[in-house]
Amino acid sequence: MTKPGRVKGEGMDAVIILLMVSGLLFFTGGTIGIIRLPDFYTRLHPAGKLDTAGHVLAMAAMALYTVQVFSGHNLLTAVKIMLIVVFVFFTSPTATHAIIDAGVRAGLQPWTRKKERP
Amino acid sequence: MFTSNRTSDRQDSFEPTPPGSKQGKVRLNAGFCLTFLVMFAMWLVFSGRFDAFHLILGVLSSLIVAFLSGDLLFPAALDRALPLVWLRFMGYIPWLLLQILKANLHVMYLVFHPRMRELIDPQIMEFDSQLSSDVARTTFANSITLTPGTITVNVTAIGKFSVHCIDAESGKPLPGEMESKIAQVFME
Repeated sequence: MTKPGRVKGEGMDAVIILLMVSGLLFFTGGTIGIIRLPDFYTRLHPAGKLDTAGHVLAMAAMALYTVQVFSGHNLLTAVKIMLIVVFVFFTSPTATHAIIDAGVRAGLQPWTRKKERP
Repeated sequence: MFTSNRTSDRQDSFEPTPPGSKQGKVRLNAGFCLTFLVMFAMWLVFSGRFDAFHLILGVLSSLIVAFLSGDLLFPAALDRALPLVWLRFMGYIPWLLLQILKANLHVMYLVFHPRMRELIDPQIMEFDSQLSSDVARTTFANSITLTPGTITVNVTAIGKFSVHCIDAESGKPLPGEMESKIAQVFME
């Protein structure tokens, strides 16, 4: 206990770092997925959702980091951070759905494995 | 799973409540109060100041928002046991998070795989859903989109879902367990 009011020293830090790193791993996977996958529709999969997972983990890490020094003010900040996650959970699938629907309406044919073969 | 008799009992949900009816008014007032409460809670969290000036400002703006859009936030779910639905919905969220995590790991594996193009097999699959209310269908569609490997492309008025799957394995569990869970939540 180095600082007064600190909840749990190094164990907490380890959890925060673990959450943050796994969140960044998901973001990396999402980015690589956007580059590697073959077409518009498949690229939306990592773009819309690996991002959401990375977001949840990274934001949870930040919220935990904030409430480490426990006070009403910090708790409020943590709640705000978690609210960001809630809003992304509503908006991200809706946006992904709108984009993929736009693609279908415009008549873009999805990439399938059969088309790749000559 | 794809029986045709579902289309018949689905019809009743399309009839809107007459605007002037008593039920519509009660619904609007409950919606007004709930919207006000939610808006004011949001105000408290986001402002973080609890002196009289900011509280009064919060009450005023929440009232204005609730007056203008009281019927938007809680449109149809009110005539049922709303708190119960919310409670069940809270119980659904951890399960959904677990599914999201599992499926995310699967997509991560696909993305990092050296021979990724041989593993993926994108296809648009279609199935009929037995969910009839708008809220349940929206929740189902958004849950499908959140679960990686599957994106909802379209939902028709009779409950036909078309879903883009990144490979056959991602699409296999649909509609299945997720649909029955949501049916439980919204008591259908």
